[in-house]
Amino acid sequence: MNVSRTELFLGFAKIGLLGFGGVAPWARHVIVGEKRWLSEREYASILGVGQVLPGPNTVNSAIIIGDHFQGTVGALSAVLGLLCTPIAVLIGIALIYDRIAGLPSVGAAIGAGAAAAAGLVIGTAIKMARRLKPNVTAVAVGLAAFASVGLLHVPMALAIAALGPVSIALVWRERRGK
Amino acid sequence: MSELLQQLGATFAWLSLLQFGGTNAVVPEMHRQAVDVLHWMDAQTFVNLFALAQLAPGPNVMVVSLIGWHVAGFPGLLVATVAMTGPPCLLAFGMSRVMRRAGRSRWLVIVKDGLVPLAIGMILASGWIMASTSGVSPMSLVITAAATAFVAFTEYNLLWALGAAIALGLGAHMAGVG
Repeated sequence: MNVSRTELFLGFAKIGLLGFGGVAPWARHVIVGEKRWLSEREYASILGVGQVLPGPNTVNSAIIIGDHFQGTVGALSAVLGLLCTPIAVLIGIALIYDRIAGLPSVGAAIGAGAAAAAGLVIGTAIKMARRLKPNVTAVAVGLAAFASVGLLHVPMALAIAALGPVSIALVWRERRGK
Repeated sequence: MSELLQQLGATFAWLSLLQFGGTNAVVPEMHRQAVDVLHWMDAQTFVNLFALAQLAPGPNVMVVSLIGWHVAGFPGLLVATVAMTGPPCLLAFGMSRVMRRAGRSRWLVIVKDGLVPLAIGMILASGWIMASTSGVSPMSLVITAAATAFVAFTEYNLLWALGAAIALGLGAHMAGVG
């Protein structure tokens, strides 16, 4: 698979521009579903690395994916695409926000959009899990991560620091004999 | 002016490296710095800017672009955005190079595979948190559930789910149900 710098910029610009309520669903949709730059497994493992580093997950992944296809310039193209276009839109929204924020119909549309955006994020996690066909241990670790952050509101950094080594040790133990 | 820019740069460069698990991890500290310590804005303005960044498309990190813009116009936006994304991007780039050098070494594969269930669990958790904080009503639950199923079990464009939800929200609002 060869992905040019322009394709990286435009692909990540699309992710940023459509990433209403969070870019995670769009990143997977564009990179794995639509453009097939990476397999489900390759993408998930880059996301995993992007998650343990400080910084926004998708920005970290953009750097790694851009570097993978086109080196330093590719990394820059991907991250600039991801950030520049949505910032332009954001300024546009900021300029008209005071005029439209009070309209009840705008509030209704935003509320419904936010509910759908949450569903997009949940659905993306379920789809990735379905397609990766994890074993029982991986499902248990994933559910523990979900429960600690989603239900018990443990800070994400703490959950990653606690569960990361456990998960890595479990994978290591499973494969030791092979 | 340049003193403000220096403040923005220094504050966000330092916060950028504490963003474990994403930008939302540092929002409380960002609030403390922007409102209580450096007096860039009052608490209500911070809340409004945060809501605006959530509403707009793009990665959550763009809240700092808005803060920079509010504090020092376009130069402020540039300085804040670069300070908040630059250091994590450099780290991710370094990590990317380490991974390329390590190639398919056994330890790297084990670490990456161990992090995958965490990444997916965290996506699930953030979707769950979005769903439970975006104002739970019967209609928002139906929209979230439908969007979840749409993404989890099809590979269609996510815009269909967002568009349908917004149309439903507007329709219900006009009919006087929402």
